[in-house]
Amino acid sequence: MTQNDAGDSPPALRTDQLGRRYGRVWGLRDCTLEVPAGAIVGLVGPNGAGKTTLLEMIIGLLEPTEGELSVFGETSHSPMAARLARVSYVAQDHPLYRDFSIADMFHLGRSMNPSWDQALAQARMDALDIPLKRKVKSLSGGQRAQISLTMALAKRAPLLVLDEPVSSLDPIARLEFMREVMATAAESGLTVLIASHVVSELERLCDWLIVLTSGRVQLAGPADDLIAAHPLLTVPRATPDADLPGVIIQRTDSDRHSTVLVRADPARLAAQQHPAWQADPVSFEHLVLAYLQRPSARAATDDIAQAAARPGPSTKAVSR
Amino acid sequence: MFRFRLDGSSGVPPYLQLVHQVRQSLLLGYLQEGDRLPTVKDVAGDLAINPNTVVKAYRQLEHEGLAGGRPGQGTFITATSSPALPEAQQALRVSLEEWLRAAEEAGLSSDEITALIAVARHDLKKEKVS
Repeated sequence: MTQNDAGDSPPALRTDQLGRRYGRVWGLRDCTLEVPAGAIVGLVGPNGAGKTTLLEMIIGLLEPTEGELSVFGETSHSPMAARLARVSYVAQDHPLYRDFSIADMFHLGRSMNPSWDQALAQARMDALDIPLKRKVKSLSGGQRAQISLTMALAKRAPLLVLDEPVSSLDPIARLEFMREVMATAAESGLTVLIASHVVSELERLCDWLIVLTSGRVQLAGPADDLIAAHPLLTVPRATPDADLPGVIIQRTDSDRHSTVLVRADPARLAAQQHPAWQADPVSFEHLVLAYLQRPSARAATDDIAQAAARPGPSTKAVSR
Repeated sequence: MFRFRLDGSSGVPPYLQLVHQVRQSLLLGYLQEGDRLPTVKDVAGDLAINPNTVVKAYRQLEHEGLAGGRPGQGTFITATSSPALPEAQQALRVSLEEWLRAAEEAGLSSDEITALIAVARHDLKKEKVS
């Protein structure tokens, strides 16, 4: 994890007012982020929230309509080859040529990527006990996912982007896939961006979080900081919203008490705390779900979903 | 070699689960001074867990004086197997055990005992503030 220590190296990902429009509708807008090198980032959002739009701009498949994007210092104005060398990508459906052998796939990877690490690719197949002669079509779903991951890792790019990487896999294959990603991240300081619907799995994987709804970033930052800034308060039912500190994210009223998730500066909260209140740390999953369920987020999502019904790249995001 | 496990449904943050397991294993004697903890890469790959989480857990253990990093060699247990509790803590522990026995005899479940402790702490905190 040497990249964590390099203070003046460019961030893994920086976006500034980034936006992408499909016809008259924005798939993503006002997206400003700075993700440090070495982070493992969970990207969460409902279908049509703009996740795929953001991912496709990061991997150079889609050009921004407005704003700036850079991956390890290479912006959308850099030569395409320089941009693409910084990032590798595993798509949800693990696309491979069915009639190719694994050796053929690796040959393809070697021809297309100057930084291709053949030794790494072969060592991983040995470790997984998959002969290079095997044809792609004869492999299980889990093995295909492992080949896709190997192809991405052998590219030796500093940013690995995974779009719903395990959604089609059984529990064992999922675990094996993520083990490999985490071990590689530990070894090489790889920065990883994982788009996933499986919020419960993200806590153990991610130290950075981005929540997108309706084309906007709702929440972004180091997971620990976000959790510290969102205490879960238990207060008497009669407590009016105006008396609560910070911004109310979610309020659940029971007969006599209410549970309120607020976004507030932890230091100020401690000073402001009423004796009858109890503050507990929020769980990672609760925090994410609270943001996904905010009414403002849902109303705006409908817009995007309607717009995405027309042909174009956003349709793909919605159809999942 | 010591191996960690992770309970995804416990609600306890992953790094704290790792810290707790080392603390508990020390108290039970499963870990002893000089034992090497698995490398960050091994734990990350074994549990499919963020390597930074393992780093954070190991830092916390170092901070508590239970483990120490040796450059190029790994992280080792530095505490003796069962840290002797100071006298005050010993006495508290004895009275706590008595209390727990009484609670069990009164038919309280483990959850009820935990809830009772939480309520009592909550009330104490209120007293202090008002």
